[in-house]
Amino acid sequence: MSTDPTVPTTNPPLRSKSPIRLISNFLYRHSCLATGLLLLLPLLWLVVIYLGSLGAMLIQSFYTYNRFTGQVIEEFSWDAYKEAFTDPDLSPPNKDVIKRTVRMAVAVTIAAAILAFPLAYYMARYAGPKMKGALYLGVMLPLWSSYLVRVYAWKLILAKDGVMTWFLEKLGLMPVLDWLLDIEGIGGNSLSTSYIGVFLVFLYVWMPYMVLPINAALERVPKSLTEASSDLGARPWYTFLRVILPLSFPGVVAGSIFTFSLTLGDYIIPSVIGTSSYFLGALVFTQRGTVGNWPLAAVLTVVPVVIMMVYLSVAKKLGAFDAL
Amino acid sequence: MTESDPRQVAIRFTDVARHFGNVKAVDHVSLDIYDGEFFSLLGPSGSGKTTCLRMIAGFESPSSGSIQLYGEEVSKMPPYERDVNTVFQDYALFPHMNVQKNIAYGLMVKRVPRKERERRVGEILDMVQLTTLGKRKPSQLSGGQRQRVALARALVNHPRVLLLDEPLGALDLKLRQQMQIELKAIQQRVGITFIYVTHDQEEALTMSDRLAVFNHGKIEQVGTPAEVYERPATSFVASFVGVSNFVESDQAFKITGESKSFTLRPEKIRLATPDAATPGDCYGLNGTIRDVIYLGMYTRYLVDTEAGVDLTVVVQNLESTSSDVFAARKRPVKVLWQKAHNRAVEE
Repeated sequence: MSTDPTVPTTNPPLRSKSPIRLISNFLYRHSCLATGLLLLLPLLWLVVIYLGSLGAMLIQSFYTYNRFTGQVIEEFSWDAYKEAFTDPDLSPPNKDVIKRTVRMAVAVTIAAAILAFPLAYYMARYAGPKMKGALYLGVMLPLWSSYLVRVYAWKLILAKDGVMTWFLEKLGLMPVLDWLLDIEGIGGNSLSTSYIGVFLVFLYVWMPYMVLPINAALERVPKSLTEASSDLGARPWYTFLRVILPLSFPGVVAGSIFTFSLTLGDYIIPSVIGTSSYFLGALVFTQRGTVGNWPLAAVLTVVPVVIMMVYLSVAKKLGAFDAL
Repeated sequence: MTESDPRQVAIRFTDVARHFGNVKAVDHVSLDIYDGEFFSLLGPSGSGKTTCLRMIAGFESPSSGSIQLYGEEVSKMPPYERDVNTVFQDYALFPHMNVQKNIAYGLMVKRVPRKERERRVGEILDMVQLTTLGKRKPSQLSGGQRQRVALARALVNHPRVLLLDEPLGALDLKLRQQMQIELKAIQQRVGITFIYVTHDQEEALTMSDRLAVFNHGKIEQVGTPAEVYERPATSFVASFVGVSNFVESDQAFKITGESKSFTLRPEKIRLATPDAATPGDCYGLNGTIRDVIYLGMYTRYLVDTEAGVDLTVVVQNLESTSSDVFAARKRPVKVLWQKAHNRAVEE
C-alpha cells in the first residue's frame, strides 16, 4: 500500500456541533416526534378537510328546510330524513332514484369485475415485461384525458347514427341491438339515450379502478401456490376457485368499492347520456344547487355513505379481508 | 442397461433437454432413479437440478427427450395428472386455509370421503408431530413447522414419488440437521421414492442412497455418496463434494512421474518432520506450512510444497491444542500420503 503523504488519511470527524446536526440527532433519538412531524400535514388534510366536510354534511342533514321561506333552520330534527323517504309529493320519488342508482352501481360493478379479472390475471401472470407495460399504459391512458370530453365522445359513439351503430350494422348485429333497445326499462330510442348506454359509459369510465386493484392483488399471489394446487391434483378451474379467487378477492372488493361508490355519486354521465332521468348525484345537485334544500341534499349524500358502510361490513363478514 | 438390476425404475430421463431461450438449463440428461430410493440432485445454483425436478413435477416440459414415470411417458402430461407430489422451497402453503385444510387439499380434490380424509390428515399430523396445530393458519407457524406441514400435505396423498426442492434451505443449521434425520426416517417408513434437490453437499451425502452431481445442465457423476466422495469422476465433483486438492498435470509429473492430473482429499495427507523417510507405498514432498486455520475439531494447514503445488492438509486435533497448531506456522514439514489415494480425474 503506497500512501501519498500530501493527502491526509484521517476521516472528517463523525461528530460536529452544527445546528442541523443537532436537530438530526434530536429527531433520531425521538423517532416518535419525527414520525409525528412527517404525518402532520397529511393528517391535517385528512382530518380537517376530509372528515371535517363529511362531518359538516352529517350535521346539515339534521337541519330543517323551510319550504315557504326557502331558509335553512339550524336546529336538530329528523325532518329532512322523513321528507327524503316518505314525502309523496316529490317527483320523482327519492326511493325510486336510490333504487335506480344502486341497481346501476351493482350492474356496473359486477360487469367491471367480470371484464377486469381476466385482463388483470393476464397482466399479472402471463404478460412479459414489455406487454405488461403496454397494458398498464392502456388501462391508465383514459385517465390522462378529461373525463367530460370522454363522456361526450361516448355520446357521439353511441348516438343513433354513431360509430357503434355503423359498426354493428357492418357485423350484421342490428337485430341484437334492436332487441336490446326494445327491452322495457333499460332500452330506449338509441344507445345514447338508454340505460344501456349509461351502463356502458360507466363501465368504460370506471374500468381502470377495477383492473388495477385486482392486478395488485394477483401480483401478490405467489406462483408457487398455483403450482402447489395443480401438483396436488387440482385442475385449473378448481385452482382458480379455491386458491386464486379467494386470495385475490380483497382486490376485487377494493375495486368494487371504487366502481360502486363512484357510480353512486356520479351525476354527469346520467345527465349527458341516457334518458335524463334522475340518478342520486344529479338529485343531490338539484336539491343543493337549484332548490337550495341543503338538509335534503345532505340526507341524499348520507345514503351512499350508509350503503357503502353496509357493503364493507358485509364484505368483511364474507372474509374478503382475511387474506390481506 | 438396467436389465441386470432387479429394482424397478421409478423415473427415467432419456436424453432430456430444456432450453430457456439460448440458455441450456438442462443439457441432454439421461438418468434412472429406482423405486424406493432416496435420490439427491446435487449441484450449484443454475446447474439444472431444480429444472429437472420441475420437469418431473410437470411445471416445465422438456424441449426434447422423454421422461418416464414407472414406465409411463409423462413429459407432456399436466402436473395434476401425475402421481407425484412436491414439497416446495418456499413451502407454498395456502395462506387462507388452516393446517388441516392445507393437508386435506389433495384429498378434497380427489373427492376422498370426509371420514377417510379426516383419518388420513390426523395420521399424517401425528407423523410430522403437529397433532395439536391443525387449526392454525400457516402465518401462525414457525419455519420448521411450516416445513412439516408442506411435507405432510404432499405425503398424505401417498404419491409414488415425492419431490423435495431444497426443503430445508430456509431453516437454521441445528433444525436442518434434525430434519435431515427425520426426513430420512420418514422416507424409510413410508417407502416412497424421494427425489431431493439440494446445493448442500453435506446434506446430499448424509441422506441419499444415491445422488447425481449437476454442473452446467449436465450430470457429472451418479453414484452412492461413498462412490462420489471417494472416486470423484471429474475435478468439478472432487471440488464440489467435500474439499479436494487438485494437482494439475505438469505438477503431477513432478510428484508421480506421470503428467496426469489428480485430486487428493486433505484428510488423506499426513504431516511429518522434514527428515522423515518416505515409505514405498507413499508419495512424500517437502514443504513449508504457510497458513494454519484452527477449526476446533480439526486444523487445516496450507502447505507450500517443493512440487510447486499448495496442498491443504486436515489433521484432527487429537492431542494438539490451539497454541500447538499456531506454533507450526512457517515450520518446514514433509507431507506424506499413500499412492492409492490419488484420484485421476478429467480436467
